[in-house]
Amino acid sequence: MGLSSEKKGGGMNVTRRDFFKITGTSAAGAAILGLGLNLKPIKSHAQTLKLRFAKETTSICCYCAVGCGVICSTGESGAGKIINIEGDPDHPVNEGSLCAKGAALSQLVNNDRRLTTPLYRAPYSDKWQKVSWDWALSTIAKRVKKSRDASFEHKNAKGQVVNRTNGIASVGSAALDNEECWMIQALMRSLGLVYIEHQARI
Amino acid sequence: MTNHWIDIRNSDCILIMGSNPAENHPVSFKWVTEAMKRGGKLLSVDPRFTRTSSKADFYTALRSGTDIAFLGGMIKYILDNHKYFKEYVAEYTNAAFLVTDSYDFKDGLFSGYDPDKKEYDKSQWAFSKDANGVSKRDRTLQDPRCVFQLIKKHYSRYDLETVSSITGTPREDLQKVYKMYSATGRQGKAGTIMYAMGWTQHTVGVQNIRTMAIIQLLLGNMGVAGGGVNALRGESNVQGSTDHCILYHIWPGYLKTPNASLQTLAAYNEKFTPKTNDPLSANWWGNYPKYSVSLLKSFFGSKATKANDFGYDWLPKLEDGKTYSWLDLFDAMYRGQFTGFFSWGQNPAASGANANKTRVGLAKLDWMVNVNIFDNETGSFWKGPGMDPKKIRTEVFMLPCATSVEKEGSITNSGRWMQWRYKAANPPAQAWPDGQILMKLGEELQYLYKEKEKEVYPDPIVNLKWDYATHGEFDSHKMAKEINGYFLRDISVKGKHFKKGDLVPSFAYLQADGSTSSANWLYCNSYTNKGNMAARRKKEKSGIGLNLGWAWCWPVNRRIIYNRASVDKYGKPWDKEHPVIAWDPNAKGGKGGWVGDVPDGGWPPMLNADGTPNPKTKYPFIMKPEGHAHVFGPGRADGPFSEHYEPIECPVNKNPFSNQLVSPVAVIYSTNMDIYKSCDPKYPFVGSTYRVCEHWQTGVMTRWQPWLLEAEPQLFVEMSKELGKLKGINNGDKVVVESARGKVEAVAVVTIRLRPFQVQGSTVHQVGLPYHYGWVYPKDGGDSANLLTPSAGDPNTRIPETKAFMVNVKKG
Repeated sequence: MGLSSEKKGGGMNVTRRDFFKITGTSAAGAAILGLGLNLKPIKSHAQTLKLRFAKETTSICCYCAVGCGVICSTGESGAGKIINIEGDPDHPVNEGSLCAKGAALSQLVNNDRRLTTPLYRAPYSDKWQKVSWDWALSTIAKRVKKSRDASFEHKNAKGQVVNRTNGIASVGSAALDNEECWMIQALMRSLGLVYIEHQARI
Repeated sequence: MTNHWIDIRNSDCILIMGSNPAENHPVSFKWVTEAMKRGGKLLSVDPRFTRTSSKADFYTALRSGTDIAFLGGMIKYILDNHKYFKEYVAEYTNAAFLVTDSYDFKDGLFSGYDPDKKEYDKSQWAFSKDANGVSKRDRTLQDPRCVFQLIKKHYSRYDLETVSSITGTPREDLQKVYKMYSATGRQGKAGTIMYAMGWTQHTVGVQNIRTMAIIQLLLGNMGVAGGGVNALRGESNVQGSTDHCILYHIWPGYLKTPNASLQTLAAYNEKFTPKTNDPLSANWWGNYPKYSVSLLKSFFGSKATKANDFGYDWLPKLEDGKTYSWLDLFDAMYRGQFTGFFSWGQNPAASGANANKTRVGLAKLDWMVNVNIFDNETGSFWKGPGMDPKKIRTEVFMLPCATSVEKEGSITNSGRWMQWRYKAANPPAQAWPDGQILMKLGEELQYLYKEKEKEVYPDPIVNLKWDYATHGEFDSHKMAKEINGYFLRDISVKGKHFKKGDLVPSFAYLQADGSTSSANWLYCNSYTNKGNMAARRKKEKSGIGLNLGWAWCWPVNRRIIYNRASVDKYGKPWDKEHPVIAWDPNAKGGKGGWVGDVPDGGWPPMLNADGTPNPKTKYPFIMKPEGHAHVFGPGRADGPFSEHYEPIECPVNKNPFSNQLVSPVAVIYSTNMDIYKSCDPKYPFVGSTYRVCEHWQTGVMTRWQPWLLEAEPQLFVEMSKELGKLKGINNGDKVVVESARGKVEAVAVVTIRLRPFQVQGSTVHQVGLPYHYGWVYPKDGGDSANLLTPSAGDPNTRIPETKAFMVNVKKG
């Protein structure tokens, strides 16, 4: 049986999911025997298509902190469009199950209301305008520098060295990866920020 | 969580109080169900009958904000009826410690209270020391000044009648919960608690949790399988973001942010490195300088040298005695202190207490950077309700970011499991991963500060080690390895030789001399020369569900922390059916060793097989300077024991336990937008906020999805049939919910899930609303429930009191 799908991060052992793939339609069919109306041929055909022609990548759900495993199926070309996200049956916490939000994950990713370009709102303006990343980041850096330099406090009233910035604050985020979280606090602390907070406080 | 999700199945009794995991952490409930299949009991205590309650063996209600009274009654029941696990209490907790005579408690106040400063002098709550400087102990628990006797006295006032009169919970229901839960005090039995914001979001939030921690210690439920204190964390990586300390008061790995009075690294390390004179205490925080220096080496790389205090001066110092928390931050913003503001993946205009104050504050900024997947109430505040864009000067940069499946990196779940996520797809159009935005912004800033000669103190910015890109793209593996840490030169530690560039195998090898880096000592062991531990996928086939080969767990892959308390003094598990660790005298070639979970330190058990004390042992609670769990907690801002106080806004004017109606050290603010109203006929009903399964937090990610929005399209307010009748409100009516700070329109859900409470002879009604909505989208979906909530906070954490406040409800 041709297994074109690739699951990154998988162990060497044959997992329950691999077992279904290897045994194919017969196992999937057996699972729904005894339901009366037999929908087996259509369901198992769709399942086979996804398993044979999609690339699979494991991830962890982005909502609550149960940390359910999910499998993302993308088109064969690799990092293409998400065609399905489902619970990872090999994951020991969720064993394939997901809540309503997790089950709808593909609608979070494939959503035509997402922000797709940097936007800028000028002072006193009533609208957004599209801007480039280059312009946005260089302008933000200039604003940061101006605010920081204007509010930088090298020593406090007692003459103690404090090297802090009182004019900028930052919040967020528990929605980011660990590696990004470390970077946020490092960059903000290097600028001298002391008002550094996020969701954990609320 | 001290334990983890799968471990809940090992529990004999699960208390879920003020939380609703069947709805908000649905997959966790799989393990609650599994425990019940194995004979475990489920208790649900909540003002509202929830989906969790519907599955419980027993449900009862309490009025929001009265958890300490409820649980204080349980402590009294446990002590009166000898339900505590005596050996565990006497040997592993500080119940045997003697407290100095300066500690006292009278009429709702602990000794040391300064009414002018609204602060306690905590030095009055100290332990008595012997000539060697070790705390005096009475393991028989008889001495009148021992913690055990003090706790008995303190909670003796929490009798059933008084507790019932203030919580509104019937006496027989209290007794039923106390009896069922305290049955886990027997050896071999385990009870666990699942809690979340229902406990934290109060002006007594920390003490709510401490009361339960005391119960868990009295019953011997800490460190054992099926036990622990288990917070249901609500964001996928709020554990990790807290571990990495995007918080004003801590540096990565829960190191302390320095105050201005600590002018040198030596003074800083001296202040925060605890000492013990007890040879049997591991005092793990004694390693503090190794972790702080390794962190500074990760911050500044080769620029951090011994000669420059490893760059200690470059990092900002807090003003002594000043706080910079969320509530303080938005108070300062409202007062116009900031010109600039970053909001990364967060929506404070809807998520913070007293959201109107936040929204007004945003208009006082010169600029704001808002990074998100979707438009939101924060980024677009300038066109929100009551705002006139022509009068608002704030420049806003709204930056589009990737979703979690469009980048690679790790997150840490509630059970402290660090799990790796691979990239499945590219982000759409111009959306970037946050890591890439941070990387590029940092590079841009370094360029600006390097450009000219005399910039304002450029040192920390230009010296920041910022090399986490590969071919111009943020590389999460590089960052993950730095978080683990490297050997920076060839050295030998503990008899092992390491080369420069080796990844440090665990934090036991970190050094205070600059020869190692580790951006977070707690995560040292997560990415080693053996590879990326967070990406492991080996499932456990048998056992108690530890899954030691799946992903990675801090610290050092230990799945149940405090696990040395799961065994007796000989190293034998209290619970033979669910052993977490056990001492095997034949292990390690006859030298003896622990089997099972990664133990809380490898020292041998307290007693040898012949019953003689083993001088090489350590007490089980290794993070405490004296090695014993804190039944008496002298480090808290509001007292070493808990005490019932009313919420800042409450429906009663008398506290039956004392003349202190509210916490004497609760945090409140004083601008014209900080208004608090108790016992005001204009706001007669208790309000609370919560969540539904189909939406997440302020709904920024879920309101835009058709399936989820169809299931839960708009703001609603739940109320009892009795209250509906009183106010002439029918199910489905449009109503207005109003507090002293704001109002929202909502659809009324008139239900038997809420019932009026009988409190001190009067009827008290409570209503509840989810906080997932906002004006940006969907149209007519309603606005944030946080427009109602007060900017009042806990004195330890400064978490806002959004679970108990006063409102009115009327037909819209």
